[in-house]
Amino acid sequence: MASLKDMRNRIASVKATRKITKAMQMVAAAKLRRAQEAAQAARPYAQRMDQMMASIGSRVTSRDGVSPLLVGTGKDDVHLLVVMTAERGLCGGFNSNIAKLARQDAQRLMREGKTVKIFTVGRKGADNLRRDLNRIIIDRMDFRAIKQMRYSEAELVTKKIVDMFEAGDFDVATLYFSEFKSVIAQKPTALQLIPAKIPEAKAVSDGKAEASAEFEPSEESILADLLARNLTTQVFRGLLENAASEQGARMSAMDNATRNAGDMINKLTIKYNRQRQANITKELIEIISGAEAL
Amino acid sequence: MSFKFELVSPERILVSEDVDQVVLPGTEGDFAVLVGHAPFVSTLRPGVLDVTSGGTRKRLLVKGGFAEVDPARLTVLAEQAFDVADLDAAKIGRELEAAEAELAAAKDDEARLRASTLIEQLKSLQGAPRAH
Repeated sequence: MASLKDMRNRIASVKATRKITKAMQMVAAAKLRRAQEAAQAARPYAQRMDQMMASIGSRVTSRDGVSPLLVGTGKDDVHLLVVMTAERGLCGGFNSNIAKLARQDAQRLMREGKTVKIFTVGRKGADNLRRDLNRIIIDRMDFRAIKQMRYSEAELVTKKIVDMFEAGDFDVATLYFSEFKSVIAQKPTALQLIPAKIPEAKAVSDGKAEASAEFEPSEESILADLLARNLTTQVFRGLLENAASEQGARMSAMDNATRNAGDMINKLTIKYNRQRQANITKELIEIISGAEAL
Repeated sequence: MSFKFELVSPERILVSEDVDQVVLPGTEGDFAVLVGHAPFVSTLRPGVLDVTSGGTRKRLLVKGGFAEVDPARLTVLAEQAFDVADLDAAKIGRELEAAEAELAAAKDDEARLRASTLIEQLKSLQGAPRAH
């Protein structure tokens, strides 16, 4: 049976753990707010770009000579999975959920006889997938030193993807990241990057004006330009969503941990008090029975 | 008469205000936008946006992007933009270095043209960074 001193130590250690998880939760909450603001600030650009893509995409009807970023290579034999995860753990199921989705898709594609290649962004995803898919991980990228995701980081990732595409290393690229739904809900998402999906043209109120717009240079070359930039925008969106999701996941994971630690402290304290009481009673009995024996 | 001018970068909205006139460096030549302009979409080459509102002028350096015009609005999507008044010699020097590296690494004519236009622009700003 644990001595009273052992139990005191145990309680102190759980209290220290609770302090740490509480601090982590608060840090995550502050970071989450910043990440959410960044994601929100980036939205107008992506929205306008979507709008432009939609309105131009609906006008470019013939697909001959259009950028392969849109029409693809005409095959879908080699798939590239771009798996974006966090650099740090202790955020609940965040990293493993993304890795799980990517792994399922990789296995499904392999069963269908396709070649699968994986490009990981973020250390945790690479660690997770390395266990069984190491031979198909062709490249990895870490943003360990980076605190706030900027557009230039997305450009680095996109450049690698485009270089690989131009070298003919793959036919279809899919991006894996976690969509930020709310603080308690993050949804692992797969987004097809290449060939690009043109968003549906939304009926804008001033739709007539839209239809008669002039384009300079031609629609086709604007579209090609847009497609290249849209790729970076999508990657950037993924990175920002991921950053917000990571902090949200960490916040709720740490909240749980703090609560568990609290419960544990309560239980241990009760146990400690009982034990102390039992010891006192035992000592009293010893004294009394000693006195009686005299 | 003024119209809404928005300059949007991937990270945030940089400028959103009512202006009288904007001169933009289109890929196929500079063009000015006033209120009531016909719907128009153009790509931009690296260059300076000249924004006039009231009596004040503002010059913004962009490294390419898109402009979308309709009668009541002008939206410019640019990956990077700087206010020319904020650019000092050191900043221009840094950008110039980056542009030259880009030029050296450029693989096709288009990228080369883009980088050299940017270098030209930066050099002309270097000569008279604060001249309006």
